[in-house]
Amino acid sequence: MTINLINRRGFLQGTSAVALAAGLGPKALLAQEGPKRGGTVRIGSSGGATSDTLDPATTYGGVVALAMLGGVCNNLVEIDVAGRAIPELAESFEPSADAATWTFKLRKADFSNGKRVTAKDVLASYNHHRGEDTKSGAKELLSQVKDIRADGDDVVIFELESGNADFAFVAADYHLWIMPEDGNGGLDWKSGIGTGGYTLEEFEPGVRIRLKRRDDYWKKDRAWFDEVTILTINDSTARQNALVTGEVEIINAVPPKTVHLLERRPNVQTVEVTGTAHFPFAMQCDKAPFDDVNVRLALKYAINRQEMVEKVLRGHGSLGNDHPIAPTQRFFDAELEQRVYDPEKAKFHLKKAGLDSLDVSLSTSTGAFSGAVDAAILFQESAGKAGINLNVETKPADGYWSNVWLKDPFFVGYWNGRPTADWMFSLVYADGAPWNETHWHNKKFNKLLLEARTELDNDKRAEMYGEMQRICRDDGGAIIPMFANYIDGKTDRVGHGEVAANRYLDGWKVVERWWLKD
Amino acid sequence: MHPLARMILHRLALGLLTLFVISLVIFMAIELLPGDLAEEVLGQSATPETVAAFRRELGLDLPAWQRYLSWLGGMVQGDFGMSLANNRPIVDLLASRLGNTLFLAAYAAVISVPLALCLGLLAALYRGSWFDRLVNVVTLTSISFPEYFVAYILLLFLSVRTGIFPSIADFGNDAGFGTMIYRTFLPAITLVLVVTAHMMRMTRAAIINLLAQPYIEMARLKGASPARVILRHALPNALAPIINVVALNLAYLITGVVIVEVVFVYPGLGQLMVDSVAKRDIPLVQACCLIFAAIYILLNLSADVFAIATNPRLMHRK
Repeated sequence: MTINLINRRGFLQGTSAVALAAGLGPKALLAQEGPKRGGTVRIGSSGGATSDTLDPATTYGGVVALAMLGGVCNNLVEIDVAGRAIPELAESFEPSADAATWTFKLRKADFSNGKRVTAKDVLASYNHHRGEDTKSGAKELLSQVKDIRADGDDVVIFELESGNADFAFVAADYHLWIMPEDGNGGLDWKSGIGTGGYTLEEFEPGVRIRLKRRDDYWKKDRAWFDEVTILTINDSTARQNALVTGEVEIINAVPPKTVHLLERRPNVQTVEVTGTAHFPFAMQCDKAPFDDVNVRLALKYAINRQEMVEKVLRGHGSLGNDHPIAPTQRFFDAELEQRVYDPEKAKFHLKKAGLDSLDVSLSTSTGAFSGAVDAAILFQESAGKAGINLNVETKPADGYWSNVWLKDPFFVGYWNGRPTADWMFSLVYADGAPWNETHWHNKKFNKLLLEARTELDNDKRAEMYGEMQRICRDDGGAIIPMFANYIDGKTDRVGHGEVAANRYLDGWKVVERWWLKD
Repeated sequence: MHPLARMILHRLALGLLTLFVISLVIFMAIELLPGDLAEEVLGQSATPETVAAFRRELGLDLPAWQRYLSWLGGMVQGDFGMSLANNRPIVDLLASRLGNTLFLAAYAAVISVPLALCLGLLAALYRGSWFDRLVNVVTLTSISFPEYFVAYILLLFLSVRTGIFPSIADFGNDAGFGTMIYRTFLPAITLVLVVTAHMMRMTRAAIINLLAQPYIEMARLKGASPARVILRHALPNALAPIINVVALNLAYLITGVVIVEVVFVYPGLGQLMVDSVAKRDIPLVQACCLIFAAIYILLNLSADVFAIATNPRLMHRK
């Protein structure tokens, strides 16, 4: 397993010793390595289509989020490279003692049209995702918000249905960037105006987005490029060709299969971080035979995780333990024993369920993730040795999310992961969550989830989330064999600091965090 | 009225009817696809309420026939409507994409049509020679590989290894003609390799077929040179089938190049249509399909007109 998390601190400690030995102070070294203003950078990214809009309600990430979240706009809160929620457009935020009331104090920052950002804009930006008529992907996320109100021009108060110690992370979500209010309480997203380090110069959906640096950006140590062009290049081969031939300086999503080939090229490097993206094999616990926990356990023991990481991710990932919290995340329980492939144990659990053999169908598709069919076939092989006949049904990629996902009793899914344990669990594993893909209802788990959400003592929370990971692993309906690394590519010309592990391209903040060295 | 003019009008009327039928078929086909725009745009983050709100906003909750009729109503008045997915006027979306597609098609056609005709004529003239065989082997090989393979081979040798040509064809908004020609060279050559064989083989076959005719033998006997026999006596009679094949290939250059667009990151009409089908953006799919269909109809019509012009006997078919 390659875990290539670039750690600037470690790097500096190592190199400064060399620098001191050579008679250089650390300052001289920093001056060489530090960020530099100027230049035009071109980024080739997947995740763009002709149907894209700037509307934050229907964004699914991709190139639009890369430009808006990381360049043109700011959120109230930003997730930093260490995965912490830090104030962004909010100068500060403060939860009440029960974490049910959150007060955000706004920074004095201006939109690119010169208008000062006020509480009104924040209200419009959030209400765009709430209420009867919204079509926003963030509606469910904001259902915990009972009321949002302004207190003067620069204070916004969120009243939550119940306490949420991690609410600050919600404010960093990729739907919730702040745009101007349109004068009637609605959101003026069409203008493409934000408070970020860049202005939107050109937006041709599915082709290219051009950004230009703002000189009056309130963050002084960010936004280094003068101009940025984000090209939509959905085909991964075309993306790598573009990087290798110098058509672009940065690309996202290098397929694990070709990382070693790309690394062989001169002047090109990959940037790899252990990510939160994972691929659950979801069994719906209210449908036979998955309603028996022993059947679920049999299947969990019948999957060869190590082989899957090696063959599907080519080693560019880490082992999953049947719960959705990634090893790099806060509250990940490292003590929890790693489940391994054990056909004998699988047979034992089958017998306990009163079965000699098991025949089940697994729906998969390249629409779930690119290696989903390969992964299902590997699972079929390893399960066969445990007396489980897995019938792999390959479904069309087109419409997979609307026709197969959540509908079939046993299917392959995909989650990009979420910044907090609470968020991930609440979204997919909690009782009543619309995306509870395994139809799993565990009383103890749900009780713990609610308690941990309002608990502000971090040691207690760690214990609770550890317990929830254990329950999820031993009782839940999802087999989570692995977490994928985020692998991006760049040329020599591009410099960057420590890289965030929450998404591709430095948490989609590459536009304001990276720089050109020349 | 001149019989040719009458035929053109007749065919144009039939073409309009065809377009109408096509629009109906496309609409029904997309209705049959599982999922609709709201579900596809929201994807994994869709919930029943947000999907319903989305449908209300776009009128997707209306019955299918009502939506079709309102689309048709706009269409009859020359209004393509708005893209459902991003609410931009379809005319704007089409304009730049269609321009790009036509540019690439013209570029490939300007090279491939004369090339194919010359090669075909020469191959017929020197039938059975090493030249004939070489041309056949090369063109048939290039047509036998899938387009993306040809494209990747070209990319590997002319772009990645040597850096002569760029790997991305997109030339932005304000590129000069020279830049456009340079940037789109590789996709154009890919298309040339893909379409040349068909036209070349048809030219060769049509000429060879005629060379067996008694009047050609007569021309030879009276002492005409081989070049004169072919250009003056054989070619005019072979033009009708050749023109038909050329028209078909031109239509292909416009309508069938989505893979080349993807490989070379070229914003053409094909990619627009694939995106809009994937999102079930019906008005946009309709617009793309109608343009493609109209191009087919017009190219076929002009092929017939040219064929008749070169061979008036075709006018009086029973």
